[in-house]
Amino acid sequence: MNTLIDIKNLNLYYGTYHALKDVSLTIPEKAVTAFIGPSGCGKSTLLRTLNRMNDMIAGTKIDGRVEITGTDIYSNEVDVETLRKKVGMVFQQPNPFPKSIYDNIAYGPRLHGIRNKQKLDEIVEQSLRQAVLWEEVKDFLKRSAFSLSGGQQQRLCIARALAVNPDILLMDEATSALDPISTLKIEELVQELKDRYTIVMVTHNMHQAARVSDQTVFFLNGEVVEFSETEQLFSNPTDQRTEDYITGRFG
Amino acid sequence: MSILQDANRQQISKRRKIDFILHILFIAATAIGIVALMALLVNIMVDGLSRLSPELFTNYPSRIASKAGLKSAIVGSIYMVLIMAPISFILGVGAAIYLEEYANKNKFTRLIQLNISTLAGVPSIVYGILGLTLFVRGLGLGRSLLSGSLIMTLLILPIIIVSSQEALRAVPRQRRDASFALGATRWQTVAGSVLPSAMPGVLTGVILALSRAIGETAPLVMVGALTFVAFLPSGIMDSFTVMPIQIFNWISRPQEAFHELAAAGIILLLALLLIMNFAAILLRNKYQKNL
Repeated sequence: MNTLIDIKNLNLYYGTYHALKDVSLTIPEKAVTAFIGPSGCGKSTLLRTLNRMNDMIAGTKIDGRVEITGTDIYSNEVDVETLRKKVGMVFQQPNPFPKSIYDNIAYGPRLHGIRNKQKLDEIVEQSLRQAVLWEEVKDFLKRSAFSLSGGQQQRLCIARALAVNPDILLMDEATSALDPISTLKIEELVQELKDRYTIVMVTHNMHQAARVSDQTVFFLNGEVVEFSETEQLFSNPTDQRTEDYITGRFG
Repeated sequence: MSILQDANRQQISKRRKIDFILHILFIAATAIGIVALMALLVNIMVDGLSRLSPELFTNYPSRIASKAGLKSAIVGSIYMVLIMAPISFILGVGAAIYLEEYANKNKFTRLIQLNISTLAGVPSIVYGILGLTLFVRGLGLGRSLLSGSLIMTLLILPIIIVSSQEALRAVPRQRRDASFALGATRWQTVAGSVLPSAMPGVLTGVILALSRAIGETAPLVMVGALTFVAFLPSGIMDSFTVMPIQIFNWISRPQEAFHELAAAGIILLLALLLIMNFAAILLRNKYQKNL
């Protein structure tokens, strides 16, 4: 598999707190990579580094390189707006805008200058279809996004992220606020989306990582402890700490 | 013995007694405020209702009480609000957006923040003195409608900034994250995601600030919003008067008839303030439904 994201010797500090320690990692394209580890281990921080959402937190300092298709995303050559267009993100809590379903999806394309009504209609339908939400909402596109259930809202957020045509989709514990059935739907959706997108997900739920991902990265205290094929990592971990974690001895 | 039989029932009845006494005290505290307001309203109604006639709206001020009206003052107040509203909205909301969305949280912005909060509490007469120096003399705008409106803008600016900031701060961070994560710039995020959610709060703050300005007298006394204006201002550089000043003028005359006129003026002013506050509530509800 081709490498899409190449992280080299990444260190990240929040003020004096050393949150990521010398992380080196390659993430293959069109596959699902899961980040697991106990709370505060840096997995979400690393995820937010990939679309530079950490930039907005005052006192964040980064060194090392994060290359996507060979370009360092922290270099001057990259506009952060373009980066975030190419690297979409879905958050822990479903966070639709207080707008209609249609306007939620059209928000991103409009930001990037698409005004043509017909084109927007197309994008909205296509994005909702990809997020397997179209059949449920096609008759109420004008209705507020808040009228949807939590699971539907999260799929709406996925559709919203897909609407700007990204290559990478980051999911930050995207199912942790959802009920089991909605979680299952999102997991199925992730399986469908990985043919077209590179997906990086942070999850607290090891079973989810085992069910959904192709590669798994185990983090502890800001370091990458182990990174391998998911099957390999869960059935035959090489590091004692990984084994302790996945067998539930801590975390 | 049943577990529900407490040996210490006396202690419980004592606790209840304290609860009861405080309950009565709190009712009394509330009642005093309401009774005072009622007494004020009744007093003014008794004096003013008889003078509340169409002539009050159509007549200019006059030395003869039976011919005197509030026309120039009402129009002056309206003109003042029309000039003030857009200026104070743009400046106040702009400053709030800068402080909440753009500025780094450091010592300097905290100092600015402290300044604004202090300005919100500065006595209005001080703004009058500032305006006299700055607008009337400094910029040579004279004792005009424009000067008066600009002073009032300064007066309510801190109130609008503070209330707008609160409205912006109440917008959940996730909503901003969602916008940024789609590749929005800061302004796109503010315009597309933050402001629509904050608008009800912002508008409520602006309307309440404007209604405060309508009732203010002191700063305009300083710039000399003339108290006897028997004409409508024909432009923003014309001299003018506003309702509270006309009321102040009437009340300081010896004749009983003018006192009644003043009471009628107060009723009008109160009604106007009530309508504006009501509009603020309606606006807020309307926007909240759209969320």
